[in-house]
Amino acid sequence: MDITQILFWVLSAVALFAAIMVLVSKNPVHSVLWLIVVFFAISGHYILLNAQFLAIVNLIVYAGAIMVLFLFVIMLMNLNAESDPQKNIWMKVIGVVTGGLLLWVLVSAVRSAGEMTAREALLKKGDIGLIQNLGKILFTDYAVPFEISSVLFLSAMVGAVVIGKKD
Amino acid sequence: MPIQYYLTLSAVLFCIGVAGALTRRNAIIIFMCIELMLNAVNLMLVALSKMTPAPVIPGGNGGTDAQLFVFFIMVVAAAEVSVGLAIIVMMYRNVHSIDVNFLNRLKN
Repeated sequence: MDITQILFWVLSAVALFAAIMVLVSKNPVHSVLWLIVVFFAISGHYILLNAQFLAIVNLIVYAGAIMVLFLFVIMLMNLNAESDPQKNIWMKVIGVVTGGLLLWVLVSAVRSAGEMTAREALLKKGDIGLIQNLGKILFTDYAVPFEISSVLFLSAMVGAVVIGKKD
Repeated sequence: MPIQYYLTLSAVLFCIGVAGALTRRNAIIIFMCIELMLNAVNLMLVALSKMTPAPVIPGGNGGTDAQLFVFFIMVVAAAEVSVGLAIIVMMYRNVHSIDVNFLNRLKN
C-alpha cells in the first residue's frame, strides 16, 4: 500500500468521523471545532491532489475566517449545551432516513456511471492546481466574474451592516 | 486512486450535511451543515479536475475551470456567511433564541 493511499484513507476517515461529530455534539463550540477538523482533512485531500492554492485558501478562508466568525457569534450569544433546543426523536429518525436515502441515490448513481469507470484521480502530479496556472486563467478568462464577485462582497458587507444595525 | 472513491466520499459528506440540516434545530448548526455541504461539493470538483484520462471538452482549460469554480464557491460562501450570521444575530436579539422553530411566527 502506497503512502498516498494510506493518507487518502486516513484523511477520509478523519473527515467522516469529524463530520458526524459536528452533528452529534451538544455544545455548539464543539461542533465548530469538529468542523475545523473537517476543513483540515479536506485541505489535506487538496494537497494530496496537488491543488495547493485551494488547500491554502481553504485553510485561510474557512478554518481561519469563517469559523472564527462562527465562534464569535456563538460566544456573543453565550450558547452552551443546556440551551440546545430539544426535538422529538421521530424528527431525528426521519432526518437521518432522508439523508440515507439521498446517499443511496447518489452512491448508486456513482456506481452505475459508465464514464467514471477505469478513471483515476491523479495524485501528487499535475500542475493545474499551482497558483501560477490558476492566476493566469483567473485574470484572463475569468476576469469579469472575478470583478463581479468583488461587487458581491461589497453588497454582502453593506447587507451585514444594515441587518445588524440596532434600530 | 479511483475517481469513484472521491465521489463516494464527497457524497457521504454531503448527505451528513443534509441529515444534520434536517435533524438539528439550532440555527448555527444548520448553517455549519450548509458549509459542510459546500465543502463536499468543492472536494468533488477538485477530484474531478484531476481525473485522468481526462474527458475531451472543447474549449476547456484541462481542469483549471473546476478549480476556479471552487474558488468562486468559496467567495460566495464567505459572503453568505457574513449576511447569514448577521441575520442569526438579529433573530437572537429579537426572540432571544436561535431555535429555528420560533421563526414560524412569520406565518401570522
